[in-house]
Amino acid sequence: MTASPSAGWLAFGRPAPVAHPAATIDVAGITVTYANGVMAIKDASFALGSSTICALVGVNGSGKSTLFKTLMGFLTPATGSVTISGLAVADALKRGIVAYVPQSEDVDWNFPVLVEDVVMMGRYGHMNALRLASAADGLAVDQALERVGMAGFRKRQIGELSGGQKKRVFLARALAQGGSVILLDEPFTGVDVKTEAAIIELLHSLRREGCLIFVSTHNLGSIPAFCDHVILFNRTVIAAGPTQATFTEANLARAFGGVLRHVRLGGADLHDDADGRSITVLTDDERPLVLYGEQDRETMVPPGKTEQGA
Amino acid sequence: MSPDGWLTLLLEPFSYGYMSKAIWVSALVGAVCGFLSCYLILKGWALMGDALAHSVVPGVALAYMLALPYALGAFTSGILAALAISLVRRITLLREDAVIGLVFTSMFAAGLLIVSINPTSVNVQSIVLGNVLAISDEDVVQVIIIAAVSLLILGLRWKDLMLTFFDESQARIVGLNPQRLRILFFVLLSACTVAALQTVGAVLVIAMVVTPGATAYLLTDRFSRMIWLAMVIGAATSAVGAYLSFFVDGATGGLIVVLQTLVFLGAFVFAPKHGRLAARRASRVTSGAPA
Repeated sequence: MTASPSAGWLAFGRPAPVAHPAATIDVAGITVTYANGVMAIKDASFALGSSTICALVGVNGSGKSTLFKTLMGFLTPATGSVTISGLAVADALKRGIVAYVPQSEDVDWNFPVLVEDVVMMGRYGHMNALRLASAADGLAVDQALERVGMAGFRKRQIGELSGGQKKRVFLARALAQGGSVILLDEPFTGVDVKTEAAIIELLHSLRREGCLIFVSTHNLGSIPAFCDHVILFNRTVIAAGPTQATFTEANLARAFGGVLRHVRLGGADLHDDADGRSITVLTDDERPLVLYGEQDRETMVPPGKTEQGA
Repeated sequence: MSPDGWLTLLLEPFSYGYMSKAIWVSALVGAVCGFLSCYLILKGWALMGDALAHSVVPGVALAYMLALPYALGAFTSGILAALAISLVRRITLLREDAVIGLVFTSMFAAGLLIVSINPTSVNVQSIVLGNVLAISDEDVVQVIIIAAVSLLILGLRWKDLMLTFFDESQARIVGLNPQRLRILFFVLLSACTVAALQTVGAVLVIAMVVTPGATAYLLTDRFSRMIWLAMVIGAATSAVGAYLSFFVDGATGGLIVVLQTLVFLGAFVFAPKHGRLAARRASRVTSGAPA
């Protein structure tokens, strides 16, 4: 009898057991080296908890995708450890904890699969070896498509969709999988502003449900609007923490070096009178980050305000 | 000629044991190759099928010399070629097509050399061009075993293979091992290449593992349906090709592949959604110009 701890009455009066352990990512001192000897990540450490949306920001070639590949178990760190929800990566994958939304460029859009087939691929981990869909799998697909507003497109071949619709389909796949740690690679590339808002709304509701969402993005301008945490990355963690404290001009300059386009308007360029306030625009040619205010005390301008002029 | 006379003529091939054997062996091989072709064409690996087909030649030649089952030799050298290709690609900066071209021509040359040194043991023409009409009973058994095992494995694992080919990251995420599945696929491809060697020969195997899939791709947007279509196309063209070769007295392999090409051209023009006519209709609708 002692071997059946799941007996319902034993848990009486205690909090109900959680289906998934808390969504966390713990990266401790990892160094990742490719077979050709290139060291892509050197001694990186950070920790993320549940109900978090964290942006991963860095220049191209800074090791962002290597970090994602490590989190997905494609690469094994030479030193250090990665723990997801308290489990080794392979075990976390086996339990379907990690869901992934790929970059659009990584998908073969000419592949003969329908929208519903793609979303069903999120359920493979729940099926037996023959991958025969059960009623529960069908229901999960229906709900996921409903939730991203793509139910009307389920019989369409994926290449026929617009950029934003494609993204939503792969988000639906992550939802259908039911992973509590969701990795998104450049979710806003090729996506219109309306869809971007809808995706952000969806991510917020997932955060309320306890998910840990880790987003690799170039889209600096939208980060303050939807990410509560930021990790600035260049081969290692340059800065990490809550967005307000971490996503500063000084940190961005450190992470990006001279790569970002940096425009500062102030003094006589901006004002007729002697006004100390200035505008700073930081961009790597996606949506810019706009800061406004007194020198060295500029604050972020939310993206909604930058949109109106456009 | 009276109707009865026509019927007798049309049924004549079936009165010869070797003909009906050739017809259904070809159909079986065509079906399995059609299945595999769906994967091959979607990954841009068509050349890989060609490479494997040519690379099995030295194995076949050696097997005949040593009086071993030809399938064993062919299979071994096919796998060796696949390994050599992935090894050379990993340790050099050469592009994949260069590596494939290098490996398969080397193997093919080695095969021709072996055959020419030892001309009595093998008929080079039957390796290069195939000769299903003269297939021996042992070879039929080999082909059946290869086809049955391949179809069984594909039937059980086709979805996993599809996910691996479509989205390797997701395959890994749901707990599959893409590397192992890729190896499985190449093992099956090598095995079926060996089987197809008998029907169409090493030179035309590439058509067997490309054309049915390419045709089916034009006819559907669904992978499961694409597999069925490719299998039916592969089996039907192979069977009809073998049957017709009785009358035209031509090389069976050539007939089969010509038929496959005709079916492909039909799909290319008339496919309901992806054919040229459909494309023209669609552009007429969007441009709004009356016909």
